[in-house]
Parts: sequence; structure tokens; C-alpha cells
Amino acid sequence: MIRTTALTKRYGRVTAVDDLHLHVREGDRFGFLGPNGSGKTTTVRMLLGLVLPTSGSVELFGARFRRDALIEVGALVEGPAFSAHLSGRDNLRLSDAAGPGGARATRRRRVEDVLEQVGLAGVDRRPVKAYSLGMRQRLGLASALLRRPRLLVLDEPTNGLDPQGIREVRDLLLQLNRDGTTVFLSSHLLSEVEALCTRIAVVDRGRLVLQDDLSAFQALTGLVEVRTPFAHRAATLLGERVDDLLPDGLLLVRHSDPAALNAELVRAGIPVTALHAQRRTLEAAVLSATGAGSDRVAAVPAEPAA
Amino acid sequence: MIGVELRKLVRRPRTWMSIGLLALLPTIVAMFLAIRDIAPRPGTGPAFLSAVLDNGALFPAAALAIVLPLFLPIAVAVVAGDAVAGDAQDGTLRYLLIRPVGRTRLIVAKMIAVGAYTMLAVVLVAAVAYVVGTQLFGSAPLPSVSGTELSTTSATLRTVLTVLYVGWSMLGVAAVALFLSTLTDSPLAAALGAIALLITSGVLVALEAAAPVQPYLPTRYWLAFVDLFRDPVLTRDLLRGTALQAVYILVFLSAAWANFTTKDITS
Repeated sequence: MIRTTALTKRYGRVTAVDDLHLHVREGDRFGFLGPNGSGKTTTVRMLLGLVLPTSGSVELFGARFRRDALIEVGALVEGPAFSAHLSGRDNLRLSDAAGPGGARATRRRRVEDVLEQVGLAGVDRRPVKAYSLGMRQRLGLASALLRRPRLLVLDEPTNGLDPQGIREVRDLLLQLNRDGTTVFLSSHLLSEVEALCTRIAVVDRGRLVLQDDLSAFQALTGLVEVRTPFAHRAATLLGERVDDLLPDGLLLVRHSDPAALNAELVRAGIPVTALHAQRRTLEAAVLSATGAGSDRVAAVPAEPAA
Repeated sequence: MIGVELRKLVRRPRTWMSIGLLALLPTIVAMFLAIRDIAPRPGTGPAFLSAVLDNGALFPAAALAIVLPLFLPIAVAVVAGDAVAGDAQDGTLRYLLIRPVGRTRLIVAKMIAVGAYTMLAVVLVAAVAYVVGTQLFGSAPLPSVSGTELSTTSATLRTVLTVLYVGWSMLGVAAVALFLSTLTDSPLAAALGAIALLITSGVLVALEAAAPVQPYLPTRYWLAFVDLFRDPVLTRDLLRGTALQAVYILVFLSAAWANFTTKDITS
């Protein structure tokens, strides 16, 4: 669906995006993660033809980028934007009329359909300036859905939504994905990406540092986490196999079979309150692959006095 | 896309507010003249105003002369300066482009909408002035600036040409402001840039030492429409003004197009 080859964008001496190779397959829910200022938005803008690459190329739907291909793309970039003095409906109608591919006769229907999809069906004639942040976000999503796109490119789509709203948007995206829409989600929120995506790319300072299926990030570590009121007795029993005993009483055991380990502990009369195979977390993988966000500005250490 | 831009223009309260204010200023002037019955001495004050008391049909031209130095170009510069930069500032520009609307289509639609606003403003100011003028001062056969009497048809024709000439001059302002609007994401900066150019031009036009560059200054021939009311019409400055504005319009609209179609949209 999307393939970028050596995509690079320089602004003067600053390289915002550096030699990026992304590959989004049809049907993916693709998470594009990175700290603030890592080049996510510049990349999204290049995918949509808003920013022209310095070098490298973008392919959409298997062909070299052409503006016409955007008919099949719905997007939300850096927050929704509307004419503030018009109502949500009027904004959608104007937006629909502005672009190709939408017959005038069915415009009203399309607008009502997408409002229904994002949970704004009952919205009244108030101008958008009276909307809450969450309503604007929903309206932005509605606008992205007007052409029933094959590909959704969303930049921080749940920004400003309450937990209930976040859940609704996630369910909507899952539903659309089940119906065949590929979702490209750019976010700095790990939990957001982890909850929705099947495939993840991580950028840091304009460079791609990780790109893999979510399951690969969550591989087993070979350790089993054990909780028991008798952690020290258990540690003595297991001896060499204990990897670590944390201060809060969590016992980390090198063991390939949690069920066998459980049986062994119980046979020794040690009650087990919780036990499961430890997995790597996406958070750990991301943190180890990225540096501090670029919005963090550390003091330059002073030169030691001679 | 052109229809969408025009619809946005028509539905925007600012459009009607600004034109209303533009028409209000000459109306206020007319009311003072009518109540006090004191006209400016010939040769002082805005063009034609001294003759208006005797003939309301001359008031459209007088009204345009009143708003021409400052009010009208500011209104045009604000609307044209907002055309692209305003959409950039409120973020709707990126959504239009990924709808997708072609950049050339979009900038052409903006040009047409700005042009429509400019001509609408000039026409409505003249129309309101005509109604106000003929109601307050009555209409009589129009004397030309040269002293001979003009027939009604001839006078109407000259008024229409005045509207077209002033509108054309304002399109030059609009072209400059629209170009600046593609350079910045701040509508205010674009409007102020265009106004700054006009003020500079106005200062230089009044400065004898600047005589060599004066024929190329945008405001140099603005007031040449007065020559339309001479008998016979003095065409020299009118033609030069028309040609000069044509160059400004062409150059700055081309620059606006070239810049807009190749720039990174980071707003």
C-alpha cells in the first residue's frame, strides 16, 4: 500500500527524515511511532504530497506517487481543521464538493453516513468554533472517511478524546480495517499503537530504527514471573534457575515451561498466587532503540576550568 | 473548486461587513454635505466632491475617490492576503490539497474568488453611492470637468468605465497581496506587506525627486479615472494606468502560481 525508498527530507542543514524505507502492506494496521520531533509528521506530509522529498521516492498502491491516488486516501494530519464559522455539516459538504470523485446527488447521503460512523449523527447547526476538541477530532475523522478510502493515514487521531472516545475511535478503526481498509497510524503514544496495530515502525531523529510485526516485539524472554508469599523459600528451592528476586517479591525464573514450574513449586508446598511467561514489551524495545525526544534540551556541560 | 471558493466568500460575514463599511463612509460624507449644504471648494478635497451638491449622479465617482486612497485598497489587501495564508493558518489548506485538489486549480480558484470580491466591492460602493447621491442631491445633467454638458448615456457610460478602471487598479493590489499570501502562513503579514508597498508607492508618487520611477509605481495612475469625465476623454494616463496594472496583475499572479505549486506545505 505504501512503500518509501530512501525517503529523505532536508531543510537547509537539518535533516528531518533520513533514508527512510517504510513498507505498509494491504490490510495492515501500521503503527508509526517516534518521539516528538523525530520526523513523523514530515514523513506523513511526504506520503500525502504536501512536502516534496529532497530525495527518495514514495509509492502508493503499488505505483509511483501521483496526486490522483489521494482520492483513495483519507487523512488526518496534525489535528483537524475547519472553517470555524460554518457548521460541521456545511464543512463536510464543502470539503466533499472541493474534491473529485463525489457525485453531487449523493453528497447529502455521504455526509450523513460519515457523521453517523463517527458518532456525530445528531450534531446541530452550531458553528465548528463551538465544538469541543473531541467533536472536532471526530469531524476530522468523518472528513477523512468521505470517499470510503482504501488507506487511512492518521496522525494522532485520538488527541483530545476522553477514554470513552478513544475506545470508540479504536473500535471504528478496527471495524474499518476488518472491512478492508489499511490503517497507517502515526503517534507518539505507545499504548495507543500497541492497542491497535499489527505492525510497527519506530523512527528516531529522522531515521528508521525498528520495523516489524508487533508479535516480534513481544517475543518470550525465556523467563517466568512468579509471585508467591514465600519468595525466599521458592528461591532456595529453585537455586541456580533463579534469574532475579526483585525487592517487591517478584521472582524471575529461567524456565521454558511455566506449567512444569508451577507443578514443581506446588509439590514443594509453596503456594503460587500468579505465574506467567515474561514477554518483551514494546515499550522496552522502543526505549532501547530511541534516544531522548528532541523536545528535551539538555544543558551543554561547561568546559572544566583549566 | 471555483464554486466552493465563491461559496466560502459569500458565506463569510467578513465579506459583507467590509463592503458595508466601504459603502458607509461615502454615505456619511454625503449626509454631512446634504445637511450642512457646504461643499468643499473646487480643487480641494476628494475629486468631484465639490460638484456633488449640484448633481447626485456624480456621487458614485466621488464615492470611489473617497475610498480609493486608503479604505478600498486595505479591504482588498486584507481579503487577498488571507486567501492562501488564511487557509494555511487555520489548517484547512492541507486538507484541501489532500482531498485532493490540484494546486493550480486551487490557486486559480483563489484568484477568481479574490477578483470577484474586488469587483463586487467596487460595484456595490458605486451602486450605493448612486442611490444615496440621487436621493440626497437629485440628478441634473452632468457637467464634465471640462465645463461642457454630458448626456445621461454618456455620463452613465463614464461612470461604468470609472468602476471598471478602479476595479482593475484594485486587482493589481489583490495580485500583490495574493502573491505575498503564498509566501507566508500569516494573513496579517501578507496584507500588511501589500499595504506597505502601496504606502511606499504613495510617498514616492508625491516626491519630485522620485520622478524617474513614478511611471512604474502601482498607485501612480489610480486617480486617472477623473480624466474619464473630461470632454473629450483624456486617455493618456488611463491607458498607461490600465497597462501598468495589467503588468502588475500578470507578474504577481504568475509568481503566486509558481510559488504555490512548488512549495512545501508545512502549515
